[in-house]
Amino acid sequence: MLLRPETREPPVYAVAGIPLAQWRQILLGLGLAVAVVIPFALKNFYIFQITLAIIYAIAILGLNLLTGFNGQFSLGHSAFYAIGAYTAAIMMENLGIGYVWTIPAAAVVCFVFGFLFGLPALRLEGIYLALATFALAIAIPQVLKSSVLEHWTGGVQGIVIIKPDAPFGLPLSSDQWLYVFTVIVAIVMYVCAANLVQSRTGRALIAIRDHPVAASAMGINVSLYKSLTFGVSALYTGVAGALGAIAISFVAPDSFTFVLAVALFVGLVVGGVASIPGTLVGGLFVLFVPNIAESVSKGLAGAVYGVILLVVIYLMPTGAAGLVRLITGKLVRQGR
Amino acid sequence: MSRLLEARDLCAYYGPTQVLFGLGLAVDEGGITTLLGANGAGKTTTLRSLSGMCRTNGDIRFDGKAIAGRATEDIVRLGIAHVPQGRGTFSRQTVEENLEIGAMTRHGRAAIAADVERVYGYFPRLKERRGQQAGTLSGGEQQMLAVGRAMMLRPRLMLLDEPSFGLAPLIVEELFGILRTLNKNEKVSMLLVEQNAALALDLADHAYLIETGRLVTEGPARQLRDDENIRRSYLGY
Amino acid sequence: MELFLHQVLAGLATGGIYACMALAVVMIYQAIDHLNFAQGEMAMFSTFIAWQLIQWGIPYWLAFALTIAISFAAGVVIERVVLKPIHDAPILSHVVAFIALLAILNSSAGFLWDWTIKNFASPFGSGQFLGQNLLSRHDAGMIGVTLLMLVALYLFFRHTRIGLAMRAAAANPESARLAGIRVGWMNALGWGMAAAIGAVAGMLIAPVVFLEPNMMLSILLYGFAGAVVGGLTSPGGAVFGGFSVGVIENLAGTYIPVVGREMKLSIALCIIVAVLCVKPSGLFGRPVVTRV
Repeated sequence: MLLRPETREPPVYAVAGIPLAQWRQILLGLGLAVAVVIPFALKNFYIFQITLAIIYAIAILGLNLLTGFNGQFSLGHSAFYAIGAYTAAIMMENLGIGYVWTIPAAAVVCFVFGFLFGLPALRLEGIYLALATFALAIAIPQVLKSSVLEHWTGGVQGIVIIKPDAPFGLPLSSDQWLYVFTVIVAIVMYVCAANLVQSRTGRALIAIRDHPVAASAMGINVSLYKSLTFGVSALYTGVAGALGAIAISFVAPDSFTFVLAVALFVGLVVGGVASIPGTLVGGLFVLFVPNIAESVSKGLAGAVYGVILLVVIYLMPTGAAGLVRLITGKLVRQGR
Repeated sequence: MSRLLEARDLCAYYGPTQVLFGLGLAVDEGGITTLLGANGAGKTTTLRSLSGMCRTNGDIRFDGKAIAGRATEDIVRLGIAHVPQGRGTFSRQTVEENLEIGAMTRHGRAAIAADVERVYGYFPRLKERRGQQAGTLSGGEQQMLAVGRAMMLRPRLMLLDEPSFGLAPLIVEELFGILRTLNKNEKVSMLLVEQNAALALDLADHAYLIETGRLVTEGPARQLRDDENIRRSYLGY
Repeated sequence: MELFLHQVLAGLATGGIYACMALAVVMIYQAIDHLNFAQGEMAMFSTFIAWQLIQWGIPYWLAFALTIAISFAAGVVIERVVLKPIHDAPILSHVVAFIALLAILNSSAGFLWDWTIKNFASPFGSGQFLGQNLLSRHDAGMIGVTLLMLVALYLFFRHTRIGLAMRAAAANPESARLAGIRVGWMNALGWGMAAAIGAVAGMLIAPVVFLEPNMMLSILLYGFAGAVVGGLTSPGGAVFGGFSVGVIENLAGTYIPVVGREMKLSIALCIIVAVLCVKPSGLFGRPVVTRV
């Protein structure tokens, strides 16, 4: 009674008859369509909020590259956000350079800082790395407040920035223009991130996350990749910081405390670790949920936030992206 | 001989993926049964299902009592000791602490101490290393420690998952000799999962052969060992 | 030289606080193999409960004991109820749950007892230890209690069966289940014990830093730092680490010009990171030997 294994064709995963790859394109198209409509459909204040959500999403994308795809636990990304923000502020107010140039400048400065921090961090794993990055998050506001650098950083009071207007006399308000500018930068960064993750380099990063010993045995220069990833991650979050400074028109040390680092981390997990689209959910969460919590109860805002966070984690332990994956899996199986 | 362990229509799942499809097997009281098959056949999954470590459907009875769906900790307390794949050593604890952990569900300090000495009797090399961190032991020693830990439970049934894996032939011979002794002297019934079919068929009374989660054939071990067809198609020799 | 000695002793005094917290941190780490970021807030909340009991007229030591019991129970409940739905979730999700707990406890404490600082009595009385002008009686008492707890924990973990079962459950939960250990309840026990230790830490710290909802935030950080420097697998190391952090912070504040005072916290943390770069498992931690 010997059995022969059946031969099967490789499965094509589809929901409602449409293959998954096509679904991805449909959703991407829808997303872009919504993005284009927003500046004309909403009031200035809401456009400003969406802009901030996208900025946080970019920051979370930076963190995701480091923690989600490369397995290096960082609780200190508020530091890179701050450095990016202050780079933009100092360039615009102290050096009189246009806002457009602050973006690549913040990128370079933060990449360097990130890479340099990544070098000693190579020796640290897991919880120890978390502590070291947390130390960075605590240190940066203190450094920014210190009297030594006050001339440049404006000390405790920070720096006020003039909000840029739409260029070439386009009939857009400041908020509308900033939204467009942010979306353009975001698209560039997201495309780069998606390419990175799917490339050989991306696979190397993921290999390092999942099994560093095996990765190095296969010839991947683990140290170099880990430090570079720190740099790239800092770059992304720094660019977000610069955009944030321009959007809010103000930087001050107390805007960039460890509370921000924790918020970015929470956004990462809620959106879905190692998920690029998830970062958008994370960004929305970071922006809106604390406000929702405060509107429910001023005195217990923190408690409400905590409860919402717990409920979200219970319902989606692997984040929004994880939930989508689960549902898609079920739909695919039902269809077959 | 009565059936100590009996599984009927056993299906097992890792998340949404089904891995075992209606498997049936039994272990006689005092006997040694072996479960053979290639990589990925579902042998380890079968043992994990019996220990309550994955989602299952179907009927599993130990000494007549239904144990399907019960928690691992409860199944263990009924007298089933599972020596997992990869040994499951407590690396940061010492050899002696590992053995004490094995006896955690028992009472009576004197009885436990006596059992520790008994295990050292079977595995003198462990006694030499009793104060050493278990993670620094060699593969063979860790395997002996794992069997020793299982013995501390005073089990009626031992499930062994690929005990010969990664071990030098001489050590394997030594280990299997000890298993035979345990079965005869301590009356421990065994369900042995092995890739090394020759070794397993030598030790066991009864054998099952599975492939991709389904039973292919079963019979007395000697019969499978002498069947040329089966040996060539499935056991590789 | 006298200034140096004074600063060292003052550092030891504050270090006692950090050592206490570090012990709680290592305790939870031994039990559950991760760090609990809500530890400080749990300790703070426990201390408020103690304060409230004392306000209701209950004598100090009875309130102390009751608080420990309540905290232990709360720790067990948190593990069994709050953390149960995410037991199988990845570790990062657990960290988010801890953050949520932190927010809930901090905000609730502020709401129930408001944000003004309160006095909390010291059981050791005021005045100097042994009459010398080196250490206050409270500081000495704090150091004493911390060391006592350390000894008790050591004995518990190394010499009792249940201590061994807890260590096994944290080190290798699957193998522990196969030995019949009820891993879920061992974790809960670990949380209960950590909550109890945290409560003691909070009640010892409050007389010095005054009771208010944010009192533990920086102390927890110092406690982590101390635990990490000492090595997360070594309770003795954690206590040593806590004392060291206190001394380093004080000396940095005194001797490094200008920035010393403003950036005490950052400097202390930088030194810790430097230590970690040299000894990644902490000064007394046992590096885990893994066979490839």
